[in-house]
Amino acid sequence: MTARGAMAARLAGHPTAVAVAKRIGVRLIAGVGVLWGAATLSFIALHVTAGDAALSTVAGQGANPTKELLDQVRRDFGLDQPLYRQYLDYLGRLLHGDLGQSYQQRIAVSRAITEQLGQTVQLAVSAAAVAVLLAIGAAVLTARRRPWRSIASGVELTLSATPTFVIGIVLLIVFSFTLKVLPVSGNDGPRALILPMLTLALPIGAVLAQVLRSELEEVLEQPFILTARSRGMRDTVVRVRHALRHALVQIVTMSGFVVGGLLGGAVITETLFVRQGVGQLMLSAVTTKDIPMVLGLVVFAAFVYVVVNLLVDITYTLIDPRLVTR
Amino acid sequence: MSAFTATAAVLPRTSRIRLRPGLILAGLFVAVVVAAALVPQLLAPHDPLAIGAEGAFLPSGGGHLLGTDESGRDVLSRMVYGARPSLVMGLGATAIAVTGGTLLGLAAGLGSRLTESLIMRLIDVVLSVPELLLALVVITLAGAGSTNAMFAVAFASIPSYARIVRAQTHIVRRSTFVEAATGLGIRRSTVIWRHVLPNAIRPVLVLSTIGVGTAISAGAALSFLGLGAEPPAAEWGDMLSNGLQYISNDWFLVAVPSVAITLTVLSITVLGRELRRRSEGRST
Repeated sequence: MTARGAMAARLAGHPTAVAVAKRIGVRLIAGVGVLWGAATLSFIALHVTAGDAALSTVAGQGANPTKELLDQVRRDFGLDQPLYRQYLDYLGRLLHGDLGQSYQQRIAVSRAITEQLGQTVQLAVSAAAVAVLLAIGAAVLTARRRPWRSIASGVELTLSATPTFVIGIVLLIVFSFTLKVLPVSGNDGPRALILPMLTLALPIGAVLAQVLRSELEEVLEQPFILTARSRGMRDTVVRVRHALRHALVQIVTMSGFVVGGLLGGAVITETLFVRQGVGQLMLSAVTTKDIPMVLGLVVFAAFVYVVVNLLVDITYTLIDPRLVTR
Repeated sequence: MSAFTATAAVLPRTSRIRLRPGLILAGLFVAVVVAAALVPQLLAPHDPLAIGAEGAFLPSGGGHLLGTDESGRDVLSRMVYGARPSLVMGLGATAIAVTGGTLLGLAAGLGSRLTESLIMRLIDVVLSVPELLLALVVITLAGAGSTNAMFAVAFASIPSYARIVRAQTHIVRRSTFVEAATGLGIRRSTVIWRHVLPNAIRPVLVLSTIGVGTAISAGAALSFLGLGAEPPAAEWGDMLSNGLQYISNDWFLVAVPSVAITLTVLSITVLGRELRRRSEGRST
């Protein structure tokens, strides 16, 4: 693009390719910075607690450790190196996807995560899909329609204030113990997925629905909606084709909240329904004080969050050119 | 203060007190919970830890309005006594989080460029991890128990409070009354203490009402995971995870604490939202 073309594009409100690339680049650096910070904090926590790291590894096996054995373990974990060396090694290993060794399970943290990840991804992705669909359905059907609007927003308020485990327990009591139509726990089959998925989806969906409805109601007051209506367009079509498209951007903004809710909720949901997954892994690491495992999972969670936010930012830059020129 | 009255004059609708039934119910319920937390012995019919002679898993009725649990303890009494640890968790964690958040936010908003960017980047890092996972990290490092759980919940919510205070500090410190106070030669610490802090903290105090509900919920979640209160104590989250073992025979044991937690969090949220709505000067 020529300089004059670029100027014209800027005046017309269209961002240049350079501006878009610059914005994405800035976001990328910020994301890497957050991950570096998370890794550093994690290293500090590891180092502060490393004094008993070697001891806890051996003591976990019920032995009375000799000095040679402890030194051996310290060498294994690289605890005899100078601090900056350990830090650089740690960062280097992270870059290779190595999150460290579990004290308790004596396997790589990254391996433990990859073994459990599939189950959690299945749960989280299906829950996110259900949450978004429920939110869209509730918002489109009830925006600016009394009395449905107040009923739906009351239900949403209740669901969003209810702790995740309570929602799960209510679902269990109704569907597993009273109606006896769905299994209580386990990982096998799609039927076992339904209740955990709903447990995770309902509180997130409720918050999304509230945000989406208020956005939708704002859009429905815009002049272009009136124009669409005056052309004789049916209400449903106006809502879905014109208003929803604009309001959906708001859902994209909420992805950070959704990811946080899914990851935190997975710990509770997997515990309640006795499902395997990353959440279970986290809880068992916390109860056994497996610090490298806990911190590895936290760094992993930060990684997921940063990647999702980066994708959201890039999507945004591509759909909404105003963000770059502003 | 004058800014507030001016807004009220422009928007007369907001100054009119409008009480909806939901709001009254929420207020009443919070009052009951507070009463139960202050004087449980007046409301509970039995000792929450006493093992009754009548037996375990009694249905509701008779001497036990909500029946008895697996050890023959009175469920209603345990529910009443559970109010105090929950409120202590909610209020304590929120107080710690608001204090920490305000200090960090003020330091970021008033400090040098370097201080500000250091604090804000640190907050970005901490915010990239879900709150529950942060609380779990604190518990891993500090150990389980109800006090540690309170600090864990508080720690996890410090960053969001700090962000609000810092944003608010930026607005306040550019305002004319701060400029006037500085121009009058009032000492910097006095300006911060008397003018910046009270104005920067107001939105946080409003939001912290909702935060109390969230903290109660988070604390109950930690107890539910077995990382909060110690088992014999009457605590809702613990009653819940304990009752879960008997859910197939007697789901009532799980339903009672579930209802108690949910109604408490919901009522506090309803009151907090109303407070926020009024402080923002909107009536819808």
